[in-house]
Amino acid sequence: MLERPETEVLVRARGLTKTFGSFTAVEGIDFDLYRGEAFGFLGPNGAGKSSTMRMIGCVSPPTSGELSILGRDPVRDGSAIRARLGVVPQEDTLDVELTVRENLLVYGRYFGLPRRVIRERAAALLEFVQLADRAGDKVDPLSGGLKRRLTIARSLINEPEILILDEPTTGLDPQARHVVWDRLFRLKQRGVTLILTTHYMDEAEQLCDRLVVMDHGRFAAAGSPRDLIARYCSPEVLELRFDPELHDAAADKLRDFSAERTEVLADRILLYVADGDAALAAVHAVGLEPLTSLVRRGTLEDVFLHLTGRRLED
Amino acid sequence: MVAVFSRGDDPPETPPALGGASRPPKPPWPPWLAFRAFQCWLTVYRRIWRSSIWSSVLGPICYIGALGLGLGTLVDRHSLASLGGVSYLAFVAPAILASGAMQTAMGEASYPVFGSLKWNRIYIGAQASPLGPADIFRGHLMFMVMRIAMNCAVVMVVMWAFGAIRSAWVVLAYPAAVLTGLAFAAPIAAWAVTVKVETSFNYIFRFVMIPLMLFSGTFFPISQLPPGLRALAEALPLWHGVALCRAFSLGTAAGDPLGMLGHAAYLTVLAAVGIWAGARTYRRRLYV
Repeated sequence: MLERPETEVLVRARGLTKTFGSFTAVEGIDFDLYRGEAFGFLGPNGAGKSSTMRMIGCVSPPTSGELSILGRDPVRDGSAIRARLGVVPQEDTLDVELTVRENLLVYGRYFGLPRRVIRERAAALLEFVQLADRAGDKVDPLSGGLKRRLTIARSLINEPEILILDEPTTGLDPQARHVVWDRLFRLKQRGVTLILTTHYMDEAEQLCDRLVVMDHGRFAAAGSPRDLIARYCSPEVLELRFDPELHDAAADKLRDFSAERTEVLADRILLYVADGDAALAAVHAVGLEPLTSLVRRGTLEDVFLHLTGRRLED
Repeated sequence: MVAVFSRGDDPPETPPALGGASRPPKPPWPPWLAFRAFQCWLTVYRRIWRSSIWSSVLGPICYIGALGLGLGTLVDRHSLASLGGVSYLAFVAPAILASGAMQTAMGEASYPVFGSLKWNRIYIGAQASPLGPADIFRGHLMFMVMRIAMNCAVVMVVMWAFGAIRSAWVVLAYPAAVLTGLAFAAPIAAWAVTVKVETSFNYIFRFVMIPLMLFSGTFFPISQLPPGLRALAEALPLWHGVALCRAFSLGTAAGDPLGMLGHAAYLTVLAAVGIWAGARTYRRRLYV
């Protein structure tokens, strides 16, 4: 874990554990989240990300371990903590019968804000997520991307210090994802602490200052995206795709190749090497003819594969 | 760019240092938190009240018209002593008031509760705010009571229009009917939040609501039932609601004050148990 003792700790967990019956969703994780950073929980479905988010969101009591949010106990002071959090849940909980603006008004009332304040904030927030021209429209026909932006606007109605986002762009098309990322980046610039889960590599790389890789309820690794890639991945990756008939034979041959590491996937073979072009030349030299080849830099996807032996989106 | 995070005139918030002597905030008064949830339901209801008002008005007109006037003319020809010497219309109308309260309660406390978890997910959204599970429950219950009170008011007007009221005591039939509704709404909502598949509600409607409507002294006096069944009917919650509303509407309540207190106590206990249980079942379902 990176130590940054000079900044204020907003969330602290020690040995945080969550079990459901005999199933352990989160198994004794430790972390500190600092004010102003964007912190990511990365992992495949079922890794324990959402359970962790729910505990931080004070809607799920930890089974054991310590958890402190904004210096308070989530079980005893849940209501007071939630008043200072914003939550963007994995599935939208917008009221589709109401208009865009009404969704914000209803939500602001939950926080006990005066109507005048809610109206002012709603107008500014709809401007911020570029939905001002849809304020009077019903939510139902809006696209997934617009609904997500509305959910983000709604989560900001109480001017939260921490914004919790559970897979903020899952199910959105690439363009809509970029708009969401841009808005989240702006929030971070304004000092909002972001905590997000994702199983998208590019999302983590774009948004997160630090992240943890979660697998089976534990942290497999922690650090900045760049650190993780430097620590767990070679500088370059050579991706080879062979004729399916020849895939296994090629894999056998490449296993005792002088790569740092070789990963054989169902459809591709990845060679982790210092110099991708040199490695490709060497592959040709031993008489292998891949259908396609690609030299690229190492990514978080490779880190995850290395740490867990699984792909993220499996 | 609009300043989304300008704090305006708000008092400056100094975030507490971790582990330091942070003064715990004074939590809002719980009923006020529940009232916030209630306001959400009002906003939603503003969108749909027009469609709901038709069934609220037409239902009692049909029931009181068909039973009180239609069936009543047949019954009254035999001037039955078991009705207590009043017209069938006067006999059946307060029972329709009480059973209508029960029906509204069942309608509002079943699918809407389930839907707030599964369909429009109102509860899930509210949960991320300062509202706790008990606040969410009580806020929704407030709305259910409002709907019960609205529908009971309509039935009272229809009763008056049909000339089915025999006494000024009828003003007390109104709170009695609302209490009857609450005695159903609270326990049903407490149960509905635990329901995993929506077909469970069909069983409640078929095997609880309809028998209660038929055998609680609604359409005929329970003195007509064989003794064993009569004792059973007297244990049913709707019978107490019907007896209370009928005694006030016919003006016979003053003759049996202890009986009236007994009916009211039965319904109050049922409501209280439901309110107590709901805070727990909502917590168990939402706070996992």
